[in-house]
Amino acid sequence: MAVRVQAEDFDVGAELARLTDGNARIGGLAVFVGLVRERHVRDGYHQDRIEALTLEHWPGRTEEALAEIEAEARRRWPLDATLIVHRHGRLVAGERIVLVAVGSPHREAAFEACGFLVDWLKTKAPFWKLEETPEGERWVESHAGDEEAAARWDKPGKA
Amino acid sequence: MKIRYFAWLKRRVGVAEEDVTPPPEVRSVGDLVVWLRTRSPAHAEALAEGGAFGAALDRRTATFDTPLGEAREAAFFPPFTGG
Repeated sequence: MAVRVQAEDFDVGAELARLTDGNARIGGLAVFVGLVRERHVRDGYHQDRIEALTLEHWPGRTEEALAEIEAEARRRWPLDATLIVHRHGRLVAGERIVLVAVGSPHREAAFEACGFLVDWLKTKAPFWKLEETPEGERWVESHAGDEEAAARWDKPGKA
Repeated sequence: MKIRYFAWLKRRVGVAEEDVTPPPEVRSVGDLVVWLRTRSPAHAEALAEGGAFGAALDRRTATFDTPLGEAREAAFFPPFTGG
């Protein structure tokens, strides 16, 4: 039941402990950690080396959007704990970008809601990535695959 | 009203935000984009026709058809790429 947007790194173990401590209703915790990948695959085969990226966001609106996405997940699944921590600013390859954790009495709801949150935050929260490559800076373009992944949760009857 | 730009739109326009007073005939988001293009060559390039960018009015998603109404802030941005 929390969303945070911050420049500093997060401690996954400490975050998860804080999320579940004192809440014995949770039977399963599904966790996603997004990292800065050192290679960017373009056109399906061409790979560019990524030294770092800078995440720009819309302060205020970003937190609102994440809270809306979180609320939607809680409408769809019986969840006892949710946490989204997303970093902004300059991050080098290998650094953590985002943490999504979902606790539920049952694992199916936790897995599904975690996937939903990751898919939706990629397309519905105002973040933009600027990559640093040996050839210079480049804004990351949105992927049709991300839109499709987000849209699969629009199907009627899903959860 | 206040106009906000993000990511490459901000780089191209050269400012993160600006205060503007569009004329009364500017009634929709689409009208606003067409009018903003006339402010400078940088605006024209950033907001060029066919560009892949979205808009929000008072922080709510808008399309080019959305009436400006009493909105105090418009934002323009590329598709989101977080996560």
